[in-house]
Amino acid sequence: MFASNNLRSPLGRARGLGSAKEGLHHWWAQRLTAVALIPLSIWFVASVIALIGSGYEEFALWLANPINTTALLLFLAVGFHHAQLGMQVVLEDYVSGHALRTTSIVFVKFICYGLAAFSIVSTLIVAFGV
Amino acid sequence: MTQAAKPAARPLSPHLQVYRLPLAALTSIFHRITGIGLTIGMLLLVGWVGAAAFGSEPYATFMGFMTSPIGYLLLAGFSFALFFHLCNGIRHLFWDVGLNFEIYQTKRSNVIVIVATLVLTAVSWFLALA
Repeated sequence: MFASNNLRSPLGRARGLGSAKEGLHHWWAQRLTAVALIPLSIWFVASVIALIGSGYEEFALWLANPINTTALLLFLAVGFHHAQLGMQVVLEDYVSGHALRTTSIVFVKFICYGLAAFSIVSTLIVAFGV
Repeated sequence: MTQAAKPAARPLSPHLQVYRLPLAALTSIFHRITGIGLTIGMLLLVGWVGAAAFGSEPYATFMGFMTSPIGYLLLAGFSFALFFHLCNGIRHLFWDVGLNFEIYQTKRSNVIVIVATLVLTAVSWFLALA
């Protein structure tokens, strides 16, 4: 079959461009955020259970606790990052057509980062009691 | 003219409308479905902190929605999806480091993931409503 025993495809060798050198980054970021989300998700569920039935004052007081502020900010930032990475893989797999695929991925990424920014700012506003 | 050569009896890929997917395939596709669902479900969290940032009145309106039957249904779906994605995600992390690849181990982890998801969801709702 192949003259050499390397793992490059014939097309890849003909193009001779080499790797983009960033293929691992997406995979690694998805795993790293996944590991971080294990304790953060458990904390989040426990917090929601503890907050059930509480009014605005109670919620604001809870969020003003520095540990809760930190954990919620991390949950939002890491969660949206993980969501955006995962949605990218799903869209890459199921959306055919280069233009539509790229457009939908960019669209989803913008929405995720926009929602992340808004929810982080909202968290800070409540936490600081502005 | 000679008749077209009879195609070689190559193995066919499973016909998805007839083929009953094994449990591992179902949990795999369900991981993606819950991932998409959780991404959309993050809107609930954004709505929660966002409403709080706008003040006690929007917060009360949001809480009124979340404690309505539709709100509880969304929360039930979110919690179930979160626990499944969490449990199956941990299974993926085991695979990522090269563990539990044998078929009997995969069959075992199928059951562990499903049972853990149901137990965690049930315990959470018991604690939340008790």
